[in-house]
Amino acid sequence: MNNIFVYCEISEGAKVAEVSLELLTKGRSLANTLNCKLEAIVLGDNLDGVENELSKYGVDIIHKGNDKVLFPYTTLPHSAIVCGIFEEEKPQIALMGATVIGRDLGPRVSSKLHSGLTADCTSLEIGPHDDVKTKTHYDNLLYQIRPAFGGNIIATIVNPECRPQMATVREGVMKKEEISNPTPAEVKNIDVKKYVTDSDLVVNIIERHLEKLDINIKDAHIIIAGGYGVGSKEGFDLLHQLADVIGGEVGASRAAVDAGFTEHARQIGQTGVTVRPKLYIACGISGQIQHTAGMEESAMVISINNDADAPINQLADYAIVGDVSQVVKKMIKYYKENTK
Amino acid sequence: MTKPLKIVVLAKQVPDTRNVGKDAMKEDGTVNRAALEAIYNPEDLNALEQAIRIKEKYEGTTVTVLTMGPPRASDIIRESIFRGANDGILLTDRAFAGSDTLATSYALSCAIRKINPDIVIAGRQAIDGDTAQVGPQVAEKLNFPQITYVENVESIENGIVTIIRRIENGIEKVEAKYPLVLTINESAPVCRPRNARRVLKYRHSKTATELQAESNDYICDVRGCRPHLTITEWGVADIDAKAEELGMSGSPTKVKSIQNVVFQVKDSKILTSSDNDVQDLMQELIANHTIG
Repeated sequence: MNNIFVYCEISEGAKVAEVSLELLTKGRSLANTLNCKLEAIVLGDNLDGVENELSKYGVDIIHKGNDKVLFPYTTLPHSAIVCGIFEEEKPQIALMGATVIGRDLGPRVSSKLHSGLTADCTSLEIGPHDDVKTKTHYDNLLYQIRPAFGGNIIATIVNPECRPQMATVREGVMKKEEISNPTPAEVKNIDVKKYVTDSDLVVNIIERHLEKLDINIKDAHIIIAGGYGVGSKEGFDLLHQLADVIGGEVGASRAAVDAGFTEHARQIGQTGVTVRPKLYIACGISGQIQHTAGMEESAMVISINNDADAPINQLADYAIVGDVSQVVKKMIKYYKENTK
Repeated sequence: MTKPLKIVVLAKQVPDTRNVGKDAMKEDGTVNRAALEAIYNPEDLNALEQAIRIKEKYEGTTVTVLTMGPPRASDIIRESIFRGANDGILLTDRAFAGSDTLATSYALSCAIRKINPDIVIAGRQAIDGDTAQVGPQVAEKLNFPQITYVENVESIENGIVTIIRRIENGIEKVEAKYPLVLTINESAPVCRPRNARRVLKYRHSKTATELQAESNDYICDVRGCRPHLTITEWGVADIDAKAEELGMSGSPTKVKSIQNVVFQVKDSKILTSSDNDVQDLMQELIANHTIG
């Protein structure tokens, strides 16, 4: 009872989603702080052996639901099971990925259980809270920390009274780490029929088209990211040339994606991907917090911007004040000249 | 044959957080809402477009826009009517102040029950919070199935709605019977502009509060004989809501603290775009194996 639960998302091929493993790592450390157990809910089809993967991340108990109605994901069967188990087990904390699935499931579950949910947290910590109005002291609440108001403020949210304290986190925000001495988790098989009724099977998936993801900026060691200041699709072509030459990937700010300069899969920041490359070259990016939230842990940052006062320059190890296309062309040139 | 549908669009007036100026934050670290322009939440416009398309396709279908907010949020309803919605309802009451997503969803769901629609369509998320929670929470409270991240409503035949939704690395085609709650993704078709005829016809539409503010004699206003110019306003008493579920008391989440964003200043080197500076930098990056 009162443990930490992570909803583990299943992607194609009965694989556990990366974000879920990242959350298990975070959940393990929160459980250590709170001296409670870490439990996982995993729902899908053909899930044989999934417990071996989950055990590596320090899960104590796995609630496994194996049924063909559970994959691909649809809202109602999954929320019926998650709500049912939460009502029985009364977790104090429940974490989910801020993915298409987690952001569909989380609010539905929180509404049903009347518990607070904070979306897209960038940090989770445990701490005390004093409610000034009711003069009540709370220990060991989950601090759900996230940028709000378009990233202009960082808010710390708590759920003093309602349980579970629910939060979603985007992929890449937390670090995934296997524990050093894993032991097999206890597996509890979920009686799916107990929770899922015919009235939960009203949304039918009739077709799915999955595109193979050929853009993988999350694992790139070098990222050349373009912002609105790059100015055009052609401007991005130049960034691609630099990326090809020095062996990197091209990323983008939301402003550049919204302007149609490049595809959404390249978006870095609070509403995109979080990256930690060894080199981040920010081209024509002003550096609003929504963007920097997704790249501030880069080992080295070079900014190219014609505005010397752009906020990104404060994060940069090297701030080049000048025209993006001119500087990028020179970078390509001098890289080639110096590596012959 | 598809019978006429009753559609409710959920829309929100939001501060334009995408264009935040230097005066957006007050010195005490709180948000200076007055300095930010109030706009129609972008994805709610995508939602409105989907609703208007259904209305055009299935004769007799009506589109009612529901918005919760302060009195000035009536702008959202006028804008919706100019673009093709039939009418709108402004849900406004001091009792709603301080609502988190759950309390907001509760209030909206009480109002929606009064309207009794077949389909509720909302934007996926609002740009002031980016939570994407209100749509699914409203669906749960109404006990309607939900379909989120919708890109297009393809057809509605014999009570079955066929939908394309955008998932992380692809698309999904799903079908379900209504009643339903749909949330519309930013990748959906953009909303049509205002229709000039509708602007002329409805530009004087006002809520009772607005009429009161501008005229002592509002009851005798010409609108008495033109009911289509009155925008309905509902408060707590009109939607049969439980007071304890609204506002701060109905909100499980509490804001513990707010921190103004301050950048950590790194010890950065300022370079120019001169050949020398760029060449030195590239040589250094190659020498310390950052690249190459």
